Amino acid sequence: MNLHEYQGKDLLASYGVAIQRGIVASTLEEAIEAYKKLKEETGTDYCVVKAQIHAGGRGKGGGVKLCKNVDELKTHAGNIIGMMLKTPQTPGGMEGPGKLVSKVLIAEDSYAPDFSACKEFYISILMDRESKRNVIIYSTEGGMNIEEVAEKTPHLVHKEFIDPVLGLQAFQSRKIAFNLGLSGKSFKEMTVFITSLYKAYLGSDASLFEINPALKTGDDRIVAVDSKVRLDDNALFRHPELAILRDTTEEDPTEVEAKESDLNYIKLDGNVGCMVNGAGLAMATMDLIKQSGGSPANFLDVGGTADAQRVEKGFRIILKDDNVKAILVNIFGGIVRGDRVAQGIIDAYKNIGDIRVPIIVRLQGTNAEKAKSLIDASGLKVHSAVQFKEAADLVKQVLK
Amino acid sequence: MSVLVNKHSRIIVQGFTGNEGTFHATQMIEYGTNVVGGVTPGKGGQKHLDKPVFNTVADAVSNEGADTSIIFVPPAFAPDAIMEAAEAGIKLVVAITEGIPVQDMVKVKAYLDAHHTRMIGPNCPGIITPGEAKVGIMPGFIHKPGRIGVVSRSGTLTYEAVDQLTKLGIGQSTCIGIGGDPIIGTTTMEAVQLLMEDPDTDGIIMIGEIGGNMEADAAKWVKAHGTKPVVGFIAGQTAPKGRTMGHAGAIIGGTADTAEAKMKILSENNVHVVVSPADIGKRMAELLSLI
Repeated sequence: MNLHEYQGKDLLASYGVAIQRGIVASTLEEAIEAYKKLKEETGTDYCVVKAQIHAGGRGKGGGVKLCKNVDELKTHAGNIIGMMLKTPQTPGGMEGPGKLVSKVLIAEDSYAPDFSACKEFYISILMDRESKRNVIIYSTEGGMNIEEVAEKTPHLVHKEFIDPVLGLQAFQSRKIAFNLGLSGKSFKEMTVFITSLYKAYLGSDASLFEINPALKTGDDRIVAVDSKVRLDDNALFRHPELAILRDTTEEDPTEVEAKESDLNYIKLDGNVGCMVNGAGLAMATMDLIKQSGGSPANFLDVGGTADAQRVEKGFRIILKDDNVKAILVNIFGGIVRGDRVAQGIIDAYKNIGDIRVPIIVRLQGTNAEKAKSLIDASGLKVHSAVQFKEAADLVKQVLK
Repeated sequence: MSVLVNKHSRIIVQGFTGNEGTFHATQMIEYGTNVVGGVTPGKGGQKHLDKPVFNTVADAVSNEGADTSIIFVPPAFAPDAIMEAAEAGIKLVVAITEGIPVQDMVKVKAYLDAHHTRMIGPNCPGIITPGEAKVGIMPGFIHKPGRIGVVSRSGTLTYEAVDQLTKLGIGQSTCIGIGGDPIIGTTTMEAVQLLMEDPDTDGIIMIGEIGGNMEADAAKWVKAHGTKPVVGFIAGQTAPKGRTMGHAGAIIGGTADTAEAKMKILSENNVHVVVSPADIGKRMAELLSLI
């Protein structure tokens, strides 16, 4: 689960990480209110309006604007709230439809008053799968795309691995601050920043923290100017206060609906829907659809209990997508019996009533033959297959 | 012979008396697996499925000589159960549980490394040596004793591959479902290595998916040390970048962990890559007739 910048910053601040001050607003009126309040705190007319969407590169699409006074604030906030913001990371990129901006963060201009005295750094924390440890990745090249930095100047990207038992040690925070070229007050601030950041990362069961940039201000403070926070969905059960921060408007509505029914669904842009039990088999089925000349319209793992209710829900979700020209059901009956799944499919089909696309059902494993004869005898317009290859050929056939 | 589990394994079930534990322990016993008891804290001294229940893993080890444990404990408590098994001297822990927080697994992995305990999983279907021991949730009847080893990150896709083999008359030595999480106890390479060193395994099926670099590591090991044919399949050729495809570990992070990149590395390292999941068994059959 991803957090918005403002939610991520609130989380950081609760662990003592210094952040760029800001107030979130959903309307122009709220934005003006926020501006006034922030001005009282900062004592400057300058502020930054930042669109709150789950995608990076917001500045490229006009989602981040510096305002020198209240009039500029009104113009920019007015433009950004409600806009369809396109960034390289929104669906379809700069050519896509963009994402609706429903909230903006009115933030202080952390670079004022002396821009040239500031220095931007890159800091992220994540779990490194190879070493099975958490790692702090940092660079003096802040504010840039870190993948590009890593490619062009790999020596400027540093990694600090954290011992899983002992945690982050003081010498490690010092090493990071030294490697970032800091000294004096900003050095000390950075060690505190890193220590608090790591506490926040562990405390929130995050899977990614990315602070880009972390800024050394003109007066030698270190503040998080941006925050990208991804939390471990599997750990949300122990963080109810974070779980409620999920912004479902950022997600595909069909995916949200599927999740409510405990189905694992991801919408794709192909023409063949699929319903499978098990994630690996689901991916393999999608691959097979591609090889048969189709293109998968979704990923859908119905899980271990493929009963009539879940199958029906699965069909309904797949059928919401008008691009779907055929549906391939691929269930490997292990613990679940194939004939039960077959009956579930027949019942679901009859319940929905009006399925206009061909359905190919392949039930394998326990009672596979019995399942096939049930489907064949049902009188429904359902093609049945036993072998994986057969199912692929049927997909090819119905797409013709 | 076989690897990791056989008819002499002394197996206990943690979370024995719960719904999942009861259901799958029953299936394991019916398969002929040597289940010597189970653990449910607070129910020690009782009998369940005609087997003794213990309060602690240590009790099960000292009373029944248990050396292998299978874990059916909910995600919030599974890390604790795994560490308890390691502390009690269990040699092999098979963690079926799906949905354990990754930070818990960072700690558990470090704990296991200090205890000389091997873990399979979590978020896995388990491990089976056909005809001898089923320590997992896979359907036993699709397997057939034989000489091909299977290593996979997936559940039902493993069943699919096994089923293809069995239908071609090819039996399996041991099938290891290593699990779909970002942190797992036994990597693809380690599992491949075990099977490569097993005198009763003639070939290996390696089923991977997008995310991470385990398959690439395994393939490089195969090129350097392999003595038997390895057939590889990578699921997720059509998966979009940055989305978690069901398994917590199945997410494309960069250019190196796409299915395409992995298939290329596998091919370059003497692994016989099949593009279609329908051809896994067939390819192995072709290779075996060449031997």
